[in-house]
Amino acid sequence: MADGADKTPLSFQDMILTLHAYWRARGCAILQPYDMRVGAGTFHPATTLRSLGPEPWNVAYVQPSRRPTDGRYGENPNRLQHYYQYQVILKPSPADLQERYLGSLAAIGIDPLLHDIRFVEDDWESPTLGAWGLGWEVWCDGMEVTQFTYFQQMGGFDCKPVAGELTYGLERLAMYIQNVDNVYDLRFSDAVGDVAAVSYGDVFLENEKQFSKWNFEVADTDTLFAGFKAAEAECQRAIAANVPLAAYDQAIEASHLFNLLQARGVISVQERANYMARVRDLAKGSCKAWIDSQSAAWTAKYPGWTL
Amino acid sequence: MTDFLLELRSEEIPARMQAGARAELEKLFRAQMSAAGIDVGDLTIWSTPRRLALIAKGLPQATAAVSEELKGPRSSAPPQALEGFLRKTGLTQDQLEDRDGVYFAVIDKPGRATAEVLAEAIPAIVRAFAWPKSMRWGKASASSESLRWVRPLSGIVAIFGEELIPCEVSGISAGYATRGHRFHCPGEITIGSASDYAEKLRACHVIVDHEERQSIIRDGAAKAAADAGLTLVEDEGLVIENAGLTEWPVPLLGRFDEAFLEVPPEVIQLTARVNQKYFVVNDAGGKLANGFVCTANIDAVDGGAEIVAGNRKVLAARLSDARFFWEQDRKTKLEDHAKKLDRITFHEKLGTVADKVERVAKLAEWLASEGIVPNCDPALARQAAELAKADLVTEMVGEFPELQGLMGGYYARAEGLPDAVADAIRDHYKPVGQGDDVPTAPVTVAVALADKLDTLFGFFREDMFPTGSKDPFALRRAGISSLRLILQNGLKLSTDAAATQWLGQSDPAAQLNEKQIADRKILTSIPDFLTERLAVQLRETGISADVVQASREWNGRDDTRLDRTEARARDLQAFLATEDGANLLAGYKRAANILKQAGEVSATPAATPPTDADAALLAALDAAEPAASAAVAEERFTDAMAALASLRAPIDAFFDGVMVNDPDETVRAYRLGLLARFTGAVHGVADFSKIEG
Repeated sequence: MADGADKTPLSFQDMILTLHAYWRARGCAILQPYDMRVGAGTFHPATTLRSLGPEPWNVAYVQPSRRPTDGRYGENPNRLQHYYQYQVILKPSPADLQERYLGSLAAIGIDPLLHDIRFVEDDWESPTLGAWGLGWEVWCDGMEVTQFTYFQQMGGFDCKPVAGELTYGLERLAMYIQNVDNVYDLRFSDAVGDVAAVSYGDVFLENEKQFSKWNFEVADTDTLFAGFKAAEAECQRAIAANVPLAAYDQAIEASHLFNLLQARGVISVQERANYMARVRDLAKGSCKAWIDSQSAAWTAKYPGWTL
Repeated sequence: MTDFLLELRSEEIPARMQAGARAELEKLFRAQMSAAGIDVGDLTIWSTPRRLALIAKGLPQATAAVSEELKGPRSSAPPQALEGFLRKTGLTQDQLEDRDGVYFAVIDKPGRATAEVLAEAIPAIVRAFAWPKSMRWGKASASSESLRWVRPLSGIVAIFGEELIPCEVSGISAGYATRGHRFHCPGEITIGSASDYAEKLRACHVIVDHEERQSIIRDGAAKAAADAGLTLVEDEGLVIENAGLTEWPVPLLGRFDEAFLEVPPEVIQLTARVNQKYFVVNDAGGKLANGFVCTANIDAVDGGAEIVAGNRKVLAARLSDARFFWEQDRKTKLEDHAKKLDRITFHEKLGTVADKVERVAKLAEWLASEGIVPNCDPALARQAAELAKADLVTEMVGEFPELQGLMGGYYARAEGLPDAVADAIRDHYKPVGQGDDVPTAPVTVAVALADKLDTLFGFFREDMFPTGSKDPFALRRAGISSLRLILQNGLKLSTDAAATQWLGQSDPAAQLNEKQIADRKILTSIPDFLTERLAVQLRETGISADVVQASREWNGRDDTRLDRTEARARDLQAFLATEDGANLLAGYKRAANILKQAGEVSATPAATPPTDADAALLAALDAAEPAASAAVAEERFTDAMAALASLRAPIDAFFDGVMVNDPDETVRAYRLGLLARFTGAVHGVADFSKIEG
């Protein structure tokens, strides 16, 4: 890195810690990852459910994300079935959201007069969450490093007010900052005293090999199908019992099982749309139940607020 | 006269929406000014990703005072009429003028200060602005009524002369301050007036004129390539897009690993263009070279070395993906890829893509074996059709759908299939649009035509026709493409025969069930649809619709051969443009009128011509009739028209020399008989009754 010739770029973990410090200083609660298998940071209830309703909400967290079909058995330098997203949610979206975001890039060592930072149109949509928003993918020298979105709808409901969502692809960003071509070569942590540095490969290469094999070859499809049905039924029971947070967990579960079934190649093109619609119904149902359970409190606290 | 500057600043506006936004701003501004009675001359409208700017030169300081006169009721009218008029005008009775028993209201409207008009117009323009997609943001978005804009609106500059126009939209007040380049000049800059706007921004690393940025990119990219001994592959779409992504464009040349050039050049170009918005370059020999031009938005402190290195890395990752697909796809033969097509639905009523492929293969084979597509090997036509859609399931086409066909062609060649088959796979979607080339290679023509006809036959059988502006399956385009394939290759294809074959009903002895009989509707609906498309196409080349109508009957039925209808219409149009043609048409109309008035011609005509003029026409008919009908039978329409032309002088002489309605009933009947023969001879060539004029 020419801008930091005199200093070593941040390790993977220091990049995360730097982002935590940066967003903490701007009023974000630093949450921990959600303890379920999800495809993206957006699935964390701290984004999905909390982007609904009138209450201010400012959080940042790392979310491990699983995309079974992206597995490459540890052989591709850029693709992983398990990776990390750094997620920031600011509701309502502040007027200087872009400046705050650019400040975070500077904090992790990206000089905008040396690197070409660009906001390129990218409208975000999640059919399984019934959600959409407008924004950009942020490019750094032609590489997408962040998805920047103003949420307009979640679970089919208008976001009132709108939340700003920043989703950083941590591995890509780290590869960029550390100037490495292979994700497994990333410095995860630095050497301290006589404790050696750890690479991303030390931590995750074996995981990628084993999980790629399990996702594509081993996972028992009957069990997955049964699991999908069970999660679907349980979600509906939980909605009926007015425990939307629990219902939403089951929607997440169904979504991930569907992704695994896709990786196993047992869902035909025709069935695919049908499964996605079923997951969307669960997510929307959970969002609706969440709104129903909270709207009395919301309207009491924010007079004039309507769905 | 005073100049006005308006700047609407926004978070990054999508590049593809900026041209539309400039037009929208102009439209709304003109509408507001014209409603206020302010004349607006030329407007300058600029856009960058972060701002829309408008400069109107020479606006008046105030609008002109106008005196409006309204006519009211008669003074003798009932009082209700007067009351209504007073309500409408807001005047009292003593303010009205009584002119000869009629009330008049004279309302003087004083001129308004232009600044005041602008202060009202700006918020109205912002609120009325139509974007292809718009959004809400920030605290205000807690209400559904909050302002919508393409991305958050961040600032307004409105200066009339040197005076600030005070106005406010959704909490954003107009001011003198704008911002320069996001990274080079992030602070506020103060604008004095319209005249210093562009230069102040330029000093702050913003070129506000989009056309200037386009020139910088166009010329800079070409120069960056030329400096390295390469030639830029021009791409105006990319020029405009990059100008819409930058405020300070700096084109930079980079190189990628030469080893990637083994991937087809179209793939490299598409990856570079679509995913990264890079230009590609050719070497001195005109072949794709291992270079690219990216457009940065900054004057980098290191001259752009880091930027180029970063972009090279991203492109390399993209190209390795492409190379991976290229290698992966070729490990499987096209015929094995094709087996997976039964998993893709073509249309729920028309089965899978595999079903379509089988129908197309049959039809293509038939077009070849019947000799309709001349010099076409039926086996090759079938083989090409069976493989034509196989690339739809390859990784590469999954990633880049635009490469359908093209990749199949590459894969076919790579596995050693005959060139004719590879070419047909590559080109069978052609012609795609009006400007696209029409294939001429026989195997390609057979597959391309069979593919489009299958689409038309299928949707028409299911009664899914294009209606009005709705054509979700692009059937009009399929129709026009079929037509162009048929006409430019001179195919003597009877579309009803093709439909019969497609329906599997070519055995005339076979018993048909009700459904099969119902399906035969496409034997007429398809020729009809295609002839309509033909008429539309021909109209553009100056052949009027009535001439096509006059040429569309063959042996008493609609002609299902489009090549024949077209040839006849062209020759007829040319003939009617000649003096002989125009006069013959006049003679025909006259004869037809006389015959119409005469009704049924019952009397047996006399055996011998009553006069020389009758004899001359008879002789001419005797000569022309067989010549015309022989020419028509052999589809030599120019000759047929020439035979008709030989009747022109005799028919003119006939009308000059004799009276058809002779008092002698036998003579009259003879002459009517001659005229009937004459119109019959004309009809044998074309139905002149359909021709207007």
